[in-house]
Amino acid sequence: MALTVTSCGSGGTPESSAPASSAAAQPVTIRVQTFGGGENFGYKNAIAKWNAEHKDIQIKHENLTDQFEQQYWPQMIQWLTSGSGAGDVVGIDEGGMGLAKARTEWWADLKEYGLESRKADFPAWKWENGVAADGKIFALGTDIGGMSLCYRKDLFEKAGLPSNRDEVSALWPSWDEFMNVGKKFQAKVKDTKWADGTNTLYQVVLYQEAAKNGNVSYFDTSNNLIVDKNPAVKTAFDFAMKMSQQGMTAKLRNFTDEWATGTQKGSFATVGCPSWMLGVVSGNAGDDGKGKWDVAAVPGGGGNWGGSWLAVPKQSKHPKEAAMVADYLTQAQTEASIFTDFGNMPSNTKAQQDPAVQGAKNEFFNDAPIGEIFAKSAASLQPVFLGVKHAQVKNAVESVIQGMDDGSVPYDKAWQQLVDDAVKAAG
Amino acid sequence: MSLDTLPRASRNTHRRDRPPGRRWRSRLDVKAMPYFLVSPYFILFAAFGLFPLAFTLYYSLYDYDLTGTTEWAGLGNYTALLGDDDFWRATVNTVAMFVIATVPQMLLALFLANALNKHMRFRLPIRMSVLLPLVTSVVAVAVVFTQLFARDWGLVNYLLGLVGVENTNWRAERIPSWIAIATMVDWRWTGYNAIIFLAGMQTIPKDLYEAASIDGASRRRQFWQITLPMLRPTMIFVVLNSTIGGLTLFSEPMTFYNGNPDGGSQGQFQTVAMFVYKEAFREFDYGYASAAAWLLFLLILIGAAINFLFVRRIGGTR
Repeated sequence: MALTVTSCGSGGTPESSAPASSAAAQPVTIRVQTFGGGENFGYKNAIAKWNAEHKDIQIKHENLTDQFEQQYWPQMIQWLTSGSGAGDVVGIDEGGMGLAKARTEWWADLKEYGLESRKADFPAWKWENGVAADGKIFALGTDIGGMSLCYRKDLFEKAGLPSNRDEVSALWPSWDEFMNVGKKFQAKVKDTKWADGTNTLYQVVLYQEAAKNGNVSYFDTSNNLIVDKNPAVKTAFDFAMKMSQQGMTAKLRNFTDEWATGTQKGSFATVGCPSWMLGVVSGNAGDDGKGKWDVAAVPGGGGNWGGSWLAVPKQSKHPKEAAMVADYLTQAQTEASIFTDFGNMPSNTKAQQDPAVQGAKNEFFNDAPIGEIFAKSAASLQPVFLGVKHAQVKNAVESVIQGMDDGSVPYDKAWQQLVDDAVKAAG
Repeated sequence: MSLDTLPRASRNTHRRDRPPGRRWRSRLDVKAMPYFLVSPYFILFAAFGLFPLAFTLYYSLYDYDLTGTTEWAGLGNYTALLGDDDFWRATVNTVAMFVIATVPQMLLALFLANALNKHMRFRLPIRMSVLLPLVTSVVAVAVVFTQLFARDWGLVNYLLGLVGVENTNWRAERIPSWIAIATMVDWRWTGYNAIIFLAGMQTIPKDLYEAASIDGASRRRQFWQITLPMLRPTMIFVVLNSTIGGLTLFSEPMTFYNGNPDGGSQGQFQTVAMFVYKEAFREFDYGYASAAAWLLFLLILIGAAINFLFVRRIGGTR
């Protein structure tokens, strides 16, 4: 059925483009399943808007868990292999895309609903990652990484450090300087650590370094494990170890309840912030954190950590309507509003160029000019290749890095164990 | 079939005075009805017990990737498991947590039951309240305990801090993590076991105690010499039940680490059940997980046998 769901490839009106299948008998409910902490995909307002305008198709948003590798993805795989349970539109983190792409039989072909017209809306790499080897278009891009550093303005003031974001950015052109500032900070503010834990900053550095090393992390483009060969991994690991050895982390593992509590209670002063992390931080910190947080430039230049896609599982009973919803949620207008509301950087190039996005400020983060911080660099972002087993290896690596920080892995054995565990997880 | 002996009497009386059709039907009634009546259990058992058992056994012999390929592996999964440090660590964790949780739990439940077995006011509400922890959802329990045992803002660390003990990282250190989880398990199950013990105690004839009193046996003496030995069958049931529950421990340690089946950054409190879950649903290595599940089954059999032999001797003079 080649229904022309969208005519908006060339700037049509997005939401209303669908011929609202006039037989408005029973409204169709489209379940959108996502993951992530805080405000995660930032769909709250966008979905409320859709539901108000589409009486015949109602979106039900289910944010299942804040753990992608641990809970969301395993659960999703079970649903997809067993043939029932998955929502009509499901979010996939970049770490799951390798596997998703290799199992095209799970997904509906969005081509059938006219969505190949969306190709021009995205950077080539974002689009191509949603296209399987057999040409099936199975996923549309939502957000992309982009990097910044979120910091606690009020605590910086307390430590006698500059708190203005430009001055703060100037404090740390490199990661070494970042650590030096941290030492000064911790000497002044006793009960707060410099960073949340080892893992968040490890990921930031890993993605920065990956861009310098052929845009690969744990796997090369033929899906061979290269953990021990890729200098990006070692550099990021060394940095994490240094942070931990100098006692500069609150030893919290990201995306856990304790980490969220720590955000709220001010256990740490900085956290590595890809654009989508803004929504996580503001969601975790709650209203009390408003104005206390701010966004500065990340040491060591840009990088592309994270970003997700939306796919329609083949098992969906309403693939046509699901495709419409996926289409809507990735439209320039929607992605732009998500950015201005929550901070998730649009992958839609039209949204990136939108003046509202370029000039966007984030209220929670002291009106930080997030458009300037993220949108300007969006076009230059490089994708990092992630293998089929990326999620498993990532988890194994993170566990070692966390273990090093919490004292269960000795520093001198950590690297070897990281390699061993990664090999095991990839096997 | 042994059931043949059962309907014989009725068959004889009905044979002559019924037309052939009805006779056949009544025969069917008599023969099939008992099977029909007992069938729900066996159907359920076949669907939810036997089938998964056979299914896992079958797939434990395969290299079965949940997302794709299936290849014959023979006993490969089993030999790999026996050489897998992670599996053994999970086994040690499971057994250790079982011991830490069960021993105090049994004693506590026993004394609690003994206390509840006395005459007192508001007996029923008090007895009921012992069961309350059991009806609370395990997730709620875990959430509360997770916060109690939080490193930075937890109540337990705060209280320990008052007496000068430094903050314990309950998720990073092995033995503290076992203790935290054992506490969770005990909180939930002690009352349940106490009620079963109580039921067992009430079946003990009162005149035994009366006779003992007349002979001048103290309360304590009566407990050790009458209650405990007479309670042995109940105790066997409770211990076997706890063995199965303890060795398949899953929800509490799982929620204790935010639903991550690793059970701590280095598997500090990963149980075998979590190991199975992790291998099957996060690593998608279904065959390997099936083999682990069968080894867990074996572990439970061994644990049950040991405990059975142990409990049989309790309170006995034999």
